[in-house]
Amino acid sequence: MYELLWLVPALPFAGFLILALIGRVPSARAAAAVGALSVGLSAALTLYIGYEYLVSPPEGGAFTQSLWQWISAGGLQVTAALRLDALSLLMAVVVTSVGFLIHLYSMRYMAGDDGLRRFFAYMNLFTASMLVLVLSDNLLFLYVGWEGVGLCSYLLIGFWYKERYNGYAARKAFIVTRVGDTLFAIGILVLFTGLGTMNIQELMTRATAEWAGSGLPTLAAALLLGGALGKSAQLPLQTWLPDAMAGPTPVSAFIHAATMVTAGVYLIARTHALFDLAPEVMSVVAVIGAATLLLASFSALVQKDIKRVLAYSTISQIGYMFLALGVGAPQAAMFHFMTHAFFKALLFLGAGAVILAMHHEQDMTKMGGLRKEMPFVFWTFLAGAASLSALPFVTAGYFSKDLILSLVWQSSFGAVLWVCGVAGAFLTALYTFRMVFLTFFGEGRKKTVEGPGVKMGLPLLALAALSIAGGFVETPEFFGGMGLFSNFLSPVFPLLQHAQEEPGWVLYAGAGAPVAGLAAAWLFYGRRKAVDAVEQPLGALRGFWFSGWGFDSAYDFIFVRPFLWLTSALRGEPVDRPFRWVEKLSGSLNTLFVRTQTGKVRWYATGITIGAVLALSAVLL
Amino acid sequence: MILIWIVFIPVIGGLLARLSGGLGRSAPAWVSLGTLTIAFSLTAGLFAGAGESAEGRWLAEVKLPWISQLGVSFHLAMDGLSLALVALTFFLGACAVVSSWTEVRERSGLFQLNLMLTIAGITGAFLAMDLFLFYFFWELMLIPMFILIALWGHENRRYASIKFFIFTQAGSLLMLVAILVLFFIHGRATGEYTFSYEALLSTPMGYTAEFLLMLAFFAAFAVKLPVFPFHTWLPEAHTEAPTAGSVILAGLLLKTGGYGLIRFVVPLFPEASFDFAPYAFALAVIGIIYGAVLAFGQRDIKRLVAYTSVSHMGFVLLGVYAWNELALQGVLVQMVCHGVSTGALFMIAGALQERLHTRDISEMGGLWTGAPKMGAAALVFALASLGLPGLGNFIGEFLVFLGVFTVSPEAAILAAAGLVLSAIYSLWIIQRVFHGPQKTGITDFGRREMAAFVPMIAVIVWLGLFPQPLLDLFGQTLRTLNVTASVPVEAGSGVEKLDAGSAVYRISLTARE
Repeated sequence: MYELLWLVPALPFAGFLILALIGRVPSARAAAAVGALSVGLSAALTLYIGYEYLVSPPEGGAFTQSLWQWISAGGLQVTAALRLDALSLLMAVVVTSVGFLIHLYSMRYMAGDDGLRRFFAYMNLFTASMLVLVLSDNLLFLYVGWEGVGLCSYLLIGFWYKERYNGYAARKAFIVTRVGDTLFAIGILVLFTGLGTMNIQELMTRATAEWAGSGLPTLAAALLLGGALGKSAQLPLQTWLPDAMAGPTPVSAFIHAATMVTAGVYLIARTHALFDLAPEVMSVVAVIGAATLLLASFSALVQKDIKRVLAYSTISQIGYMFLALGVGAPQAAMFHFMTHAFFKALLFLGAGAVILAMHHEQDMTKMGGLRKEMPFVFWTFLAGAASLSALPFVTAGYFSKDLILSLVWQSSFGAVLWVCGVAGAFLTALYTFRMVFLTFFGEGRKKTVEGPGVKMGLPLLALAALSIAGGFVETPEFFGGMGLFSNFLSPVFPLLQHAQEEPGWVLYAGAGAPVAGLAAAWLFYGRRKAVDAVEQPLGALRGFWFSGWGFDSAYDFIFVRPFLWLTSALRGEPVDRPFRWVEKLSGSLNTLFVRTQTGKVRWYATGITIGAVLALSAVLL
Repeated sequence: MILIWIVFIPVIGGLLARLSGGLGRSAPAWVSLGTLTIAFSLTAGLFAGAGESAEGRWLAEVKLPWISQLGVSFHLAMDGLSLALVALTFFLGACAVVSSWTEVRERSGLFQLNLMLTIAGITGAFLAMDLFLFYFFWELMLIPMFILIALWGHENRRYASIKFFIFTQAGSLLMLVAILVLFFIHGRATGEYTFSYEALLSTPMGYTAEFLLMLAFFAAFAVKLPVFPFHTWLPEAHTEAPTAGSVILAGLLLKTGGYGLIRFVVPLFPEASFDFAPYAFALAVIGIIYGAVLAFGQRDIKRLVAYTSVSHMGFVLLGVYAWNELALQGVLVQMVCHGVSTGALFMIAGALQERLHTRDISEMGGLWTGAPKMGAAALVFALASLGLPGLGNFIGEFLVFLGVFTVSPEAAILAAAGLVLSAIYSLWIIQRVFHGPQKTGITDFGRREMAAFVPMIAVIVWLGLFPQPLLDLFGQTLRTLNVTASVPVEAGSGVEKLDAGSAVYRISLTARE
């Protein structure tokens, strides 16, 4: 059964090839069906392999499948190979299952769009690349997937290419992440040069054996971190994600919430043995996570565009995952990745249903009262919002966030980070329910069109169920103490040690902060006040948060403008100037010598005489 | 004998094409296409048989006496390096012929003759193992190319063609002098006056002489490659040349510079090259960044693509002077893939100019709607140009990076800035030409154009996913070039290796002892 592993990425890739190469697909419906079916089959196969993995796990908890010899030259041996272990299986299950639901949803959401075939081709290529990324057994093949998802992200953000802004947002996403990718590539060079292999497991073993005590793990881990920061939109490379919302909403749900943006989390979790050797980098990861989650929460608090709220929220939630990674708890990060994939995909898809019903209106201040008009969307959205806010005991988001917070508390310099995390939890509930109240409560302001239908309803329902129930696989001591999730990942990450008993108020704070946030949101926004009136007292801060803490203008000033200035200054090719001087010099010498040819014998005679005198004197003297 | 055919078939085909000019406007193009197909098949046959004759140094060889009094012989030989580049020559030549099918309206027979002579010259330069013969072919490719630009070029063609000629000729003359000096040094020292490459390889000479001769050879190849700051002929010539000319220039002529560095400069003058390497690295890094920055600033699409060549050829220079197996493998893959991808971008630029009668990107935009096939092809080659994994150019650049990193981490890291800059200009092309609001209507690629682009895309993807045949082919050659195997660092030596940095760098000198 495991031998079919290669089909998991191959099926969506085949879907891409069919859609890209066949000139004329019978109909748009057929194209959408091919796109959704290829991912659906892949999801079914992944689930079946996952079942096999649980029933009869492979030897050593991992199965490796070599596909072909890719590069073999000068000591570099790279095989295109897939590796199935608990971590990659988890990622693959989430990618294909959530991916299939989103493809299904897209069939309805994108119906009638001219570029439907192109859309599904890109989506399938993305799914295949993402699966290569998570299943690859070596860094170079992983990098193929890594760049592949970046490419698809670019193509899908700019999917509606006629709008200039979409193209700008797409290029911004690609180029900002490329900065991180370049650091990642240099990190691969360091790892290969120093350890002589590309295989990830082998690299981790050798790094632990050979590099302990030297500065090289710090260098290599820092470079990999650079790649992770770009892809996962963490400080200081987070600026591209809010603009990435220019893409169609299913794209935001799939790529910019559930899967691709968590690739950085996956990379660090995958190479955690290397990061363990570099405690300084680990601290940086934790601090960046904490800072990002706070900054992004504040920005989410004042957005008006419903998708931008969700974008900042994604940055913030990935901040939690980085926080967990930084304190040495990769399984908590992966747990939050999983629940986040469920509830954030759900929220985006719900937002998409709202946006579609409102005739592509995304401004929340122009919405309201949708609770009565779209009850189904409201209830599922509410489930997602509750899970994102981590409302205690009934949502998946609570269990994953609580796990992170309790592990942060136990870490070496945990108190400050824990305070950041709890403050973030309060803010998360506040901005989430601000969004819920503005969109679904109050008075209706605009007439809506028909409801979501089955193709959009089913994914919403499935994801809502997962957002609520998906957390019971891993619960704290006082709530049954389930450990299914961390046991499942135990072949990859050693089991958690609950070293010290946490004081009761840590638990209460973790559970209380989201409730307080919800209450605050009700207080400010629940009673039909105008948003501007509520947020006016923030003054200049509001604009500052709204613009994402001014990062865009700062980067514009530091990088973009000097670059543009440089390109326009060099456009005329200054290097060519010396060559032009040679040209001018020979030109003027030519005119000079032309003048001497006057045709007057007297001049020639004088010239000959002077020349003869000079020559003679040169010989004689 | 087969090598003689490979060199002369394009000449014969060119003459036939000239004669067929009276038979109709596309007759010469058909003749050229047929000729190149035959020549390509012969090369492909050699490639298929390359596995068996792996024993000796050459896959095929022919040596006839020519001017025996002067030690000149007609010596052609092919190894993996030349085989790959000759195959690229015929492949791209055929694509160039197809791409200019309708562009050339006047004197198409003469046009095809010049095109085929250029191709013959390039092929000969890749195969010649006698320095006199090499110089002959080196000049042979220059003059018909000059005529191509001067007669069938665009608005500013006279200036561009003369600039191209003077720049390359200045470098070539320095090389000619150096060849003669080498001839006499070798003759005086050994009593054997010969232009034979293999004999000259082991010429005993003083260090100063070696360094000066190395510089003279380097000058010729640096202008062709081109190396910053000798690149300024390139944007002019590429821009003004007709489409087929640009394809041949960017795809093939530049590769003769890289080939010359690998075949002649380092093997003939290893010690001087070793000392020169830091300067070459510096020029390469400057070229990579400078070319990429200038590419972004251009408004003329052909100039833009031309500057990307300056940037990409920096990787070739970087890899050659790292002189280890990884880097050189990368150089070869980079040369082949850059030939195909940049050739394709020039063909797209030519197709745009033919349809819109402008090369100014500010007058384009939104062309995807009208020409999705052209847009998709442009996207593939723009992605190749920015080094997307899965496409061949990535393999080339990455191997160069790896090889250089073991030698000079600083150079590799600085050159990595090119990865970001290439993304900026590549996506900029797509945005300005194919995305955004639609400005003009356009007809999409027809069958003829797709017939050229589909194989080109196939080659780029094939080399990205299955580069091993090309690497194996070149691997055989590398063993004869005295390349240090860049040893994979085994357990225990990891830390020292990285700390040692550039001290690890060593060109093998075993051949000279």
